[in-house]
Amino acid sequence: MKNIIKISIGFLMVMIAFTSCNNGNSSQSNGALSSSAAEKVYVAPGEHDEFYAFVSGGFSGQLAVYGLPSGRLFKVIPVFSVDAEKAWGFNEETKPMLNTSHGFIPWDDSHHPDISQTNGELDGRWVFINGNNTPRIAKIDLTTFETTEIIEIPNTAGNHSSSYVTDNTEYVIAGTRFSVPVPQRDMSIKEYKGNFKGTLSFIKVDPEDGGMEIKFQLLMPGFDYDKAHPGRGKSHGWFFYTTYNTEEAHTLLEVNASQNDKDFIAAVNWKKIEEYVNNGGGKMMPTNYAHNVYDDKTHSATSTMIKEVLMVDPAEVPGAVYFLPTPKSPHGCDVDPTGEYIVGSGKLSANVTVHSFTKMLDAIENEKFAGKAYGIPILNFEDVLAGSVEQPGLGPLHTEFDGKGNAYTTFFISSEVVKWKLGTWEVLDRKPTYYSVGHLMIPGGNSQKPFGKYLLAMNKITKDRYLPTGPEVTQSAQLYDITGDKMELLLDFPTVGEPHYAAGIPADLIKSKSKKLFNLEENEHPYAAKTPSETKVVRTGNEVHIYMTMIRSHFAPDNIEGVKVGDKVYFHVTNLEQDYDVPHGVAMIGAQTSELLIMPGQTETFVWYPKQVGVWPFYCTDFCSALHQEMQGYVRVSPKSSNIELSWSLGED
Amino acid sequence: MFFSVIIVLLFISCKNDANNQKTNNNATTVNEQTDKTTGQAFITDDGSTPNVLQIAIGSPDHTTLVAAVQAADLENALVNAGPLMVFAPTNAAFDALPEGTVETLLKPENKNTLADILKYHVTPGNYSKDFLKKFKKLGQANNQYVTVEVEGDDVFVGGAKILGSVKAGNGIVHVIDKVMLPPSKEN
Repeated sequence: MKNIIKISIGFLMVMIAFTSCNNGNSSQSNGALSSSAAEKVYVAPGEHDEFYAFVSGGFSGQLAVYGLPSGRLFKVIPVFSVDAEKAWGFNEETKPMLNTSHGFIPWDDSHHPDISQTNGELDGRWVFINGNNTPRIAKIDLTTFETTEIIEIPNTAGNHSSSYVTDNTEYVIAGTRFSVPVPQRDMSIKEYKGNFKGTLSFIKVDPEDGGMEIKFQLLMPGFDYDKAHPGRGKSHGWFFYTTYNTEEAHTLLEVNASQNDKDFIAAVNWKKIEEYVNNGGGKMMPTNYAHNVYDDKTHSATSTMIKEVLMVDPAEVPGAVYFLPTPKSPHGCDVDPTGEYIVGSGKLSANVTVHSFTKMLDAIENEKFAGKAYGIPILNFEDVLAGSVEQPGLGPLHTEFDGKGNAYTTFFISSEVVKWKLGTWEVLDRKPTYYSVGHLMIPGGNSQKPFGKYLLAMNKITKDRYLPTGPEVTQSAQLYDITGDKMELLLDFPTVGEPHYAAGIPADLIKSKSKKLFNLEENEHPYAAKTPSETKVVRTGNEVHIYMTMIRSHFAPDNIEGVKVGDKVYFHVTNLEQDYDVPHGVAMIGAQTSELLIMPGQTETFVWYPKQVGVWPFYCTDFCSALHQEMQGYVRVSPKSSNIELSWSLGED
Repeated sequence: MFFSVIIVLLFISCKNDANNQKTNNNATTVNEQTDKTTGQAFITDDGSTPNVLQIAIGSPDHTTLVAAVQAADLENALVNAGPLMVFAPTNAAFDALPEGTVETLLKPENKNTLADILKYHVTPGNYSKDFLKKFKKLGQANNQYVTVEVEGDDVFVGGAKILGSVKAGNGIVHVIDKVMLPPSKEN
């Protein structure tokens, strides 16, 4: 009887449970729209995303790789800042990458990534990105997803209007935000006006290996050069730069650099200047800057100091540079996929101003100039204006395009993305961002061939959008579907550092080229040991070089004696694995540096200064195998006065 | 024993359903972006210095201004990182306008005109009354300029006198004695 009662109660509860489940299902149906948003960003386990997004880390100094539409983070590529996880700037091989004319610089502020192009379309070979603080441009190789080159930009300060590529990656450009004395010298700040100069740098890119070389610098008036965009298609051969502080103020810029109704977009005919330079034009000027190159055969970087740069005075190249008046301290400078429209976003303006390339050429041909500034012709605003988007929002910042005749502009102050139509300038749609949006990105949206499916808006402030984490909360990216008439917010996700700007590309264009390992046969590292028989320990004075190998699951050698207090011990460690996704790590107790994280076929080096007598262990830091915990070794450290001979071994009793 | 296991399982699955439902409902709110009560203006935050909007809302002398900001849907524009400088006409300043002006502006069909007037009262910047003396003019959020004039200790902006100032978390509010009307636009 008792049992029957128990069973009945059981059934009753089961019924209730089922009923409540049904209720749950029925009320779920009112979220039809939302389930489509969820489906649009859902990438099933094991499936791949459709796009890569390379999102700048801003003040983190790095470049983060995400998948779209999922927003999943795959990798943080160290660029300008040291990274203990990957030993970037800690191991001996990569320290030269962060060398500059100011010495080793462990950090920078990474800003605008841009993917290389061929015929104005993304080719997915390299990503370029600028370091803003100590001016540099880096190149990331999209087969290894590693930084392989960093070039310092001389005569520049605040490397902000950078690092954008021309239609065939002929050049990646850099422009100075802060004008400075060129060359640098001891002078009064009050003598800024007319004496400080701004340089625009044209860095030639080798079509084979992407190698960078400063071809020339253009010595411009002492304005602030904010953003830039190459001409596309019909305007290929030109470069456009927004300027502010055309007042040439040197203090309290928030007052003194906002006095002029209009600043300028500088239009630079780089093909004309290239021709001038190729014919011997320009003057070599003494300078000093670092050019750092990483070689994935030697797995090592070299830093070369370059002592001169070719400087071009625009006044000496007639027809090369013009100024297009543009309202109120324009920030964004964006060219549409056809190359006809040049969009200037005056960040203190409520309007978005659009210039016409055709009208600009016409005004130049008819020499309709409003005047000159430092010998550079100024065109009339009305003569070059294509139209303006009237009061679409507050604080326009940056515009990209979908390739279907629409433009999308971010508004920082009113926290929104506005979609508007090229040619009619009418506002088609607006959507809020959460909050204070800076740049936006449509994959290919700054090229001739945008992939107008998604738009990524990057926010500086999130306040209540995520679980709080103390005073510092994450910045974010927001993904919109832009395939319909109206934008649809699909997802927001947290980002690394400040997501300053991003570059996106269809995954199919690069994923098959992604390198799986480094061929051990091709390893040309001077301290590589390619087999356990090549391992050794060599002493030169107080320097000890350990040629070590690692493979699942031991180091060779793993017992070392004869090291003394006061020695400088180099661990040169080669990962002998030739299997995809089997890196090994190594760390030594008391080593004042990071771990090494060594890819298959690669050699890396850390330095250890033993300070205490004893027997000290080292071990593998990457969970590499079932016997990872066994992957360890010992170094015996004897007193300085000891005469114990160097010896090394593996598996000897 | 066997039954209680089943029941627990069923409850768990129900709980999951409830969770899914909740997630979806949240996503629905995200889709309804015309919702007038989403955005930074509606975050509860007792710790920070009040922003320019909160200051206006908290002031009994600015009920007309607040009503106008709400009618023009400008709340979220006033709570951004800015910095924002708001010239806030008092109720008396609005009362001094010709009879019926405020009522007309508050009508939905005049939302754009009202927004233009209100944005004429906002500068991207954050300057004290004393600091404002350095300026001849200010660029306003509606894309027009207002003049800045100094008479003795008094500062006049667009002809309106600054009566007092309140520092805000995202800028500053200057209380003024007149409503500034934007000049007709030249282009």
